[in-house]
Amino acid sequence: MAAESRHDCRPADHRPTASFETLRSRAGLLRRVRAFFDARGFLEVETPCLSADVVVDRHLDPLEVTLPTDVRRPDVGRRLYLQTSPEFHMKRLLAAGAGAIYQIARVFRAGESGPRHNPEFTLVEWYRPGDSYAAGRALLSDLGEALFGLGPAEQLSYGAAFARYVGLDPHSASLAELNRAVAAAGGASLGFAADDRDGRLDYLLVTCVEPRLGVDVPTILYDYPASQAALAQVRPGPPAIAERFELYVRGIELANGYHELLDANELRQRNAANNRLRSVDGKPELPEESRLLAAMQAGLPESVGAALGFDRLVMLATGAETIDQVLAFPIDRA
Amino acid sequence: MASYNTSELKKGLKLQIEGDPFLLLECNFVKPGKGQALYKCRLKNLLRGTVIDRTWKSGDSVDAADVEEIDAQFLYKQMDNYCFMDNKSYEQYELTKDQMDDAWKYVKEGMECSMMLFNGRPISISPPNHVVLKVDYCEPAIRGNTATNLTKPVKLETGAEIICPAFINIGDLLKIDTRTGEYIERAKE
Repeated sequence: MAAESRHDCRPADHRPTASFETLRSRAGLLRRVRAFFDARGFLEVETPCLSADVVVDRHLDPLEVTLPTDVRRPDVGRRLYLQTSPEFHMKRLLAAGAGAIYQIARVFRAGESGPRHNPEFTLVEWYRPGDSYAAGRALLSDLGEALFGLGPAEQLSYGAAFARYVGLDPHSASLAELNRAVAAAGGASLGFAADDRDGRLDYLLVTCVEPRLGVDVPTILYDYPASQAALAQVRPGPPAIAERFELYVRGIELANGYHELLDANELRQRNAANNRLRSVDGKPELPEESRLLAAMQAGLPESVGAALGFDRLVMLATGAETIDQVLAFPIDRA
Repeated sequence: MASYNTSELKKGLKLQIEGDPFLLLECNFVKPGKGQALYKCRLKNLLRGTVIDRTWKSGDSVDAADVEEIDAQFLYKQMDNYCFMDNKSYEQYELTKDQMDDAWKYVKEGMECSMMLFNGRPISISPPNHVVLKVDYCEPAIRGNTATNLTKPVKLETGAEIICPAFINIGDLLKIDTRTGEYIERAKE
């Protein structure tokens, strides 16, 4: 295919896709989010969008940028990543003794475009040292209550949600059982790799579980399979459980949190495992060593952190059907 | 065979699945924050008209269907076959009455239609949105009644029956919407 023109302009493409009423709601929600964290003594921080390090995740694809050594040759120089979340920098602040912190950050994820996705979006991310797993979930529930006024969140474990809406135990179900459930949910044609349990679980989650979460009150889904721990601590089993949680409102995934992994060696192993899976998927490997690992070795305090998709919050608050309706200029008009 | 990457999927593409051509009606990107990205799609089978749901994983490749739309003129009907000619290449194509779907009701000699080809073979015909056809037979008109709420069936020159106001006579020319099969008005020619 020929290189796409940078300005593939169509009539009225210069116009914003969000109404000014929505943009005013957006501004109001930013103030409310700040008020919530400021009132609890969190420090608002700003960290770099560009970094030599990036989260190593099978399903998170960062955008790369070159920092040219000679501006006349813009393609030659240090390769940096636009951050998929401010997690690494914020944890380095935690390790340095920052205390409770939050950030309203622009983040970037390649290949994510759709009714609820824009490759560039806004995350509200926070960390509070000293929080237990339960305290971290309670804080997220409080935030949900402050924003939606629907009362405290329902707490539902990943296992209980699958038992209720899929009719199987996600931690112990055999591959044959998962295949039957995927086929029953219309996914018979999906060619999952033989050992890809998580691919099947993700399909069942988005197809059978997510649409039923957060219907009357917000739902916090918690206790994920250990294989989906990402940067969360794993509680030994059986079954081993990732101390990870997510907030859902009206079927929309709104926030993701971890009882944070503190063990640098464990993260090294997860990075290597994720890179192996990225290679299988034909995607470039990402750097396994990072300044976060150094900070973890120096000592990360016990904490819970979470991040909330701010654009989706605006969607829910304004009743918007698509993310384009809450962005002044989505990627097609950027 | 040409193919699309999942990130290229968008409404209106023609895809081939298990040998059949499909039109992509809807494509929805869904992804758990930390999980597998999926494209949940709704497609219409261009041979059978049935609608199916199909999901692809991000990174999958999907075969493109070799589907092309051409302008074609209806030449004649022979037994139950309908013969058309490609206006550019003058090549002739035959469709069975089954393949014509409802289009057989509206085509008459010389009419310009749009024809869909799959792997070079015709699979469907779209007549113009509005056609004018002559009434071949109907019960006599009720004299003086020009109200449109009294209706009766009439037989058109193509052999199709449609419902018309009661004041229509044999030999009248009718303007018909081929998308709904409904009578619009009496036409003068």
